[in-house]
Amino acid sequence: MAFGKPDLGSITPKGAAFDPALVNKMMGKFGHGGFLNMEYVGHGDDWVELAIDWREDLVADPDTGILASAVIISLMDNATSMSIWTKLGEFRPQVTMDLRIDYLRPSPSGERVYGRGVCYHLTNSIGFVRGFAHNGNPDEPLAHASGTFIRIGDRIS
Amino acid sequence: MTDKPALPPYARALDMNIVDEIHGAPVIAMPFADRVQGRPGFLHGGAISGMLEIAAIAAIHQALWAKGSDSNIKQVNVTVDFMRGGLDQMTYAVGEVTRLGRTMANVEARAWQADRDKPIAMGYMHYLIKAKRAG
Repeated sequence: MAFGKPDLGSITPKGAAFDPALVNKMMGKFGHGGFLNMEYVGHGDDWVELAIDWREDLVADPDTGILASAVIISLMDNATSMSIWTKLGEFRPQVTMDLRIDYLRPSPSGERVYGRGVCYHLTNSIGFVRGFAHNGNPDEPLAHASGTFIRIGDRIS
Repeated sequence: MTDKPALPPYARALDMNIVDEIHGAPVIAMPFADRVQGRPGFLHGGAISGMLEIAAIAAIHQALWAKGSDSNIKQVNVTVDFMRGGLDQMTYAVGEVTRLGRTMANVEARAWQADRDKPIAMGYMHYLIKAKRAG
């Protein structure tokens, strides 16, 4: 099955600085990022923040309207992944090796959820990341994340 | 009422279904589609994690039900190891409650495709067990 979308390497040509806003236009429009409608919020030298709007079909418990925790995993996966390319200044093919999420509190019904991913160390093959999710006030996080990404061959498929 | 627990809206949106059971725990299946795709041709890690989570919750509900308990659960954390790329085919996941205590439970969940001995990802979860308040 092919879905006819370009890979990330093709929109971030060698020599051009990595632009998380531009890349999220694709990651947030197609595939799982598109299903979740992930939006770019902001970035710095080593971090990227994305957001997902609350939606009825993303709920784990219809009685409470609390978001499925896997929605937070997807958000943190994309935000931390992009933080590596942002720190690096260019795209390089990688896959998630592991990701841990601690849920400090549920994300309430109707609330937009923000995920900030930070790359705190980078080697030739591994990106070490952490991050947190919140509902608009970064001082009141709802989840913390940490994980690692491993670089893969220059061709990703 | 059937004895099959209804899957949550998130699981239904990703077209997950209960197709079997292993040691009493429901086996979740999810077909490949654009909405669960990450890099082209591969499942998104978040969608795989979603299956692990749904399988883990189904396993723990089953284990509580078998004990005659109507307690609620609250997820404390999860660690997911991604072992293989998820290809464009059917994916399965099942949870195993490795310990069910009075205050917490440890659950492992495995996701695989063609061969259950070759997992594409494993999830390790901790849940808080909360007795329902009377009245």
